[in-house]
Amino acid sequence: MNTAIETTNLTRDFGKFRAVNELNLRVESGRFYGFLGPNGAGKTTTLRILATLLPPTSGTACVAGFDVAREPQQVRTRIGYVAQSGGSYRESTGREELAIQGRLFGMSKADSQVRAAEILTALELVDAADRTCGTYSGGMRRRLNIGIGMVHRPALLFLDEPTTGLDPQARARLWEEIRKLRDTGTTVFLTTHYLEEADALCDRLAIIDHGRIVAEGSPDELKREIAGDVLTIGVNGECEKVVELLAKQPFVREAGLEDGLVRLYVDRGEEAVPAVLRLLDAQGLAPLTMDLHRPSLDDVFLKKTGRSLRESAA
Amino acid sequence: MRATRDTWLIYQRSLTLSLRNPVWVIMGILQPVLYLLLFGPLLTNIAQMPGFPPGGAFNVFVPGILVMTALFGAAFVGFGLCDEMREGVVERMLVTPTSRVAMLMGRSLRDVTLLLAQALILVGLAIPFGLEINLGGMAVAFAMLALIGLMMSPVSYVLALVLKSEDSLAPVVNGLTLPLLLLSGVMLPMSLAPDWLQTVAKFNPLYHAVAAIRALFNANYGDGEIVVGLVVLVVLAVATIALGARTFSRAAA
Repeated sequence: MNTAIETTNLTRDFGKFRAVNELNLRVESGRFYGFLGPNGAGKTTTLRILATLLPPTSGTACVAGFDVAREPQQVRTRIGYVAQSGGSYRESTGREELAIQGRLFGMSKADSQVRAAEILTALELVDAADRTCGTYSGGMRRRLNIGIGMVHRPALLFLDEPTTGLDPQARARLWEEIRKLRDTGTTVFLTTHYLEEADALCDRLAIIDHGRIVAEGSPDELKREIAGDVLTIGVNGECEKVVELLAKQPFVREAGLEDGLVRLYVDRGEEAVPAVLRLLDAQGLAPLTMDLHRPSLDDVFLKKTGRSLRESAA
Repeated sequence: MRATRDTWLIYQRSLTLSLRNPVWVIMGILQPVLYLLLFGPLLTNIAQMPGFPPGGAFNVFVPGILVMTALFGAAFVGFGLCDEMREGVVERMLVTPTSRVAMLMGRSLRDVTLLLAQALILVGLAIPFGLEINLGGMAVAFAMLALIGLMMSPVSYVLALVLKSEDSLAPVVNGLTLPLLLLSGVMLPMSLAPDWLQTVAKFNPLYHAVAAIRALFNANYGDGEIVVGLVVLVVLAVATIALGARTFSRAAA
């Protein structure tokens, strides 16, 4: 099986609202594939269709070699799914949750206990194994939830916003855990609205907005689409005027206003900075802030959708 | 068979969780116990009035209290499911090959187990007040209580799956249980009611359940209400279980 996920014109409507719009997606086995987009872009809806939780309105989706609408049971035995809402019950212990999950996938009682112990060890949750999940820290609970999704050794794991709401330390720890799945050859399909997360974990990305894929490729490929550097300038009022002024300059590829900051895409940042300073000075304007950086996925998102991901996510 | 095995797994898990935090179980029995202790004795005098059905006051009153316990014990189980849904437990299990019927039946059978245990305690408590026991009749009566549980708990789960939150579930369940309770003759026998009210009550399945269980507690095995009650409950339980299983299998959508 070389293709883990393939969709053809996948569409899902909720009443008049089209959440997923003729999505064509192909994820090869063994990839860490990221679905990046703001809240409400259709990420979770797509994930829920792929995980057999939601039937598509039209189009098809093939997951682990089976059609999600026609053979959901075949799909379910082959995938792991970790929802944003979690999955572990606060009154159950970690060990119980892992064991019952194994049993529901057809394991014997003894096998499910062995597998639970294995996962608890791998996730360093042995000490907490017999405590109820309600007593876990946020990071521990997420680790357990991923463990629950991995009990039956699925070839394909879906993670819906795996680190949303975690503090940076817990997030880094969870990333480490997710990266380990690479060694097992597991295909991981995750949604996120964190650019850093997509950048850190995924070897391929689709940027999704309004139910459509607006860009697809490796993080580096996507960033390379934006040649040169990004220069953002904070000015005291008269932003429009500054944009107008700078947009005319030959060294500026593109100029725009974003979050109250003037944003320039330039070929060579180190030459642009003094040039911009001179131009502003001539107009009697002084920049409040100036920031020069290499393009990030946020810049890619902004360029493709005309909006900042951070702004859209808020 | 997958459905049987999965039902057993979900049943064990649900029962373990209910017993670990038995606040609902205790609350569920507290109210009927109070009725038994603080309301039951009132009936001892009323039982002499014309129109009161034959049998001692407690042999008339306890069947009503048991039906009430079964009704409330099963009608509010959806709250627990809302809680599980919020924590993602239901969704997580829907993405496993677990039988959808088992997701319902494992929980409903847990509900039945708990309400039968509550009923047993209530019967035990009522004996010192003068409840007369006949084992054969009581066995059938308990089977009917189980059927009430199997009829009501899927309704509660369906409402929970559709409404998705306790806040929306509470008024609906209250609005459903109150008329069922008032029109069942639980507190006072419907034979004391005016004709029109008795006619309306006949459309309430619980009215027939109460009448049947009273007959069973009084060893009136020839009473036609026993067969009527059993048939009504079996038919409705099958219907609500079918509806519940269907709702679970589409819960994802």
